[in-house]
Amino acid sequence: MPYNCVVLIKQVPDTKRITVKAMNDDGTVNRSALPAIFNPEDLNALETALQIKDKYGGHITVITMGLPSAAAVLRDSLYRGCDKVVLVTDRRCAASDTLATSYIIGCAVKKLPYDIVLCGRQAIDGDTAQVGPQLAEKLGITQITYVEQLPELDGNTMTARRNIGNGFQQVKAELPVLITVTSEANEPRVAAAKKMMKYKNARTAIEVELELKEQNPDSDEQSLKELVEHKCNNLEEKGLLIKQWDLDFLEADLNWCGRSGSPTKVHRIQSVVLTAKESKEIEPTSQGIEAMVHELIEDKTIA
Amino acid sequence: MIDVNTEGEVWVFAEQHGGKLEDTPLELMGKARHLAETLAVKVSVILLGDNVKDLATKLIYYGADKVYLAENPLLEHYQANTYAKVIYDLIHKYEPQIVLYGATPTGRDLGPRVASAAKAGLTADCTDLQIGDHKTAGDNKVYKNLLFQIRPAFGGNIIATIINYDRWPQMATVREGVMPMVEPDVNRKGQIIEEKTQLSQDDLVLEILDEHKRQKKVDLKSARVIVAGGAGVGSKENFKLIWTLANCLGAAPGATRAAVDLGFIDNDHQIGQTGTTVRPSLYIAVGISGAIQHQAGMHQSQKIVAINNDPDAPIFQLAHYKIVGDLNDIVPKMIKAIKEKV
Repeated sequence: MPYNCVVLIKQVPDTKRITVKAMNDDGTVNRSALPAIFNPEDLNALETALQIKDKYGGHITVITMGLPSAAAVLRDSLYRGCDKVVLVTDRRCAASDTLATSYIIGCAVKKLPYDIVLCGRQAIDGDTAQVGPQLAEKLGITQITYVEQLPELDGNTMTARRNIGNGFQQVKAELPVLITVTSEANEPRVAAAKKMMKYKNARTAIEVELELKEQNPDSDEQSLKELVEHKCNNLEEKGLLIKQWDLDFLEADLNWCGRSGSPTKVHRIQSVVLTAKESKEIEPTSQGIEAMVHELIEDKTIA
Repeated sequence: MIDVNTEGEVWVFAEQHGGKLEDTPLELMGKARHLAETLAVKVSVILLGDNVKDLATKLIYYGADKVYLAENPLLEHYQANTYAKVIYDLIHKYEPQIVLYGATPTGRDLGPRVASAAKAGLTADCTDLQIGDHKTAGDNKVYKNLLFQIRPAFGGNIIATIINYDRWPQMATVREGVMPMVEPDVNRKGQIIEEKTQLSQDDLVLEILDEHKRQKKVDLKSARVIVAGGAGVGSKENFKLIWTLANCLGAAPGATRAAVDLGFIDNDHQIGQTGTTVRPSLYIAVGISGAIQHQAGMHQSQKIVAINNDPDAPIFQLAHYKIVGDLNDIVPKMIKAIKEKV
């Protein structure tokens, strides 16, 4: 039986490639100095959805919430084989913590038919692993976190293997289910050349507007608007217009979005500089090392 | 969501599986007591399960003033839905100001589900907790005695202090191993309060078919001495140097993520942001450059010896004993010196 999958993904700064240059003097991170990438474990979530579709059939929608530039990871999802993509973007989403984010994404998922919702275990910029379970609660559905293998589906039930830290457990649940997927679950497939050719011109309305503005610096607002409309219609006909949803479309309660919807606030950010109180340079010679070992025995560090 | 109330207790979720308490709630008790004493409120533990009453006494020995005990056959095995429902009800009944969970796979599954239902904040993977005041930027309003939820962010490159001042409870998951466990006091007295639960069979949305526990190959958390190797060790073959040095010290062998990724050693040995957090008496870092993610898991070691051929390696900023040179030369010298003395 075919399944409707909704996959949540996030575009994140590549925190592994952080350097001193990416740090501001006040200890905050200059996100623009880091390459923006597809959150690694979200690729594992997408791959799980693709394998479910390969095996049982169905339809995959990928959603991301973020800046207009996050359209890049949606195109990447199309290249890898999903059927539909949605960008949730709105200035009023800014400063959302995990609770507000899960509320907004929940509003978006509710607009779609779904049997299985898939998220990566966690995003590398926050490492919280919270949005998945919070979204499951918002949707009022069962959550299965830390899924480390392709789940088995049989009619309306899913059997999945969860990593529980010191081992694993097999659990069974009725659909709909939200799963969070770990990096052990699979090896994400690469983009398919044919799909790349097809979807490289997929755009959101915001991107169309920016591109046309650049190409027609002298045109007035009205004619630019017409150009954008025309181009968007054109893309829509070819199936290349990326859906773009704002909070009005989602009928979201603004009290639960952005800053006002976020109980947690940042009190302070510090850069990490750890130093030892006292330190000694030891000569890399037998005598130097023997003296150090002697000292460590004397002060009972070594029994 | 509950209102801000400065009389609310400090709560710790007592994670147990099969009637056995995890280490994390016990690790959290020392910190919870400290926070509660600063706020002049009580420390309470929420204990859920089936036939787990005898664990309550142990929790009191470790510092609980009260244990809210929710026993029900439907709570025998942890699952997010049932546990979150019970905790949600308890939070609304007693209105604690702080609720702490271990950042274990269970705590990280449960905490967000409770937070979403309670429309409360939750900060993940804290490495420290303190009580402090916050002044808002706009109107200079001062909020007193908030829970400072301190955690590494951005891959460990920054430390963020998170607060919530307008919607409570203040909740956090706390990394395993970062809080020292206090000594139990068998003379401590506390109160056990039995709670009724409103659960039905329909709430058991997960059927647990099967569970496999796996012993970790090494117990890094309780090791007094750790010898850890990094990418600089060069090969799996050469990692034998780490094992030999560890053996002659009775130490546990550890590794950086890089060494694990290179296949030098199993990931049970991994120390750092992802991996185990350790605080041994002695930490010997061999061929470890000292990425911030690794430092996060070992900087609380009492003494640190670092061996690296790069004098500018960040690990040296942490080290009490710095040895600049070739580890293939230095480690055998250390082994020899130790064998002679010990």
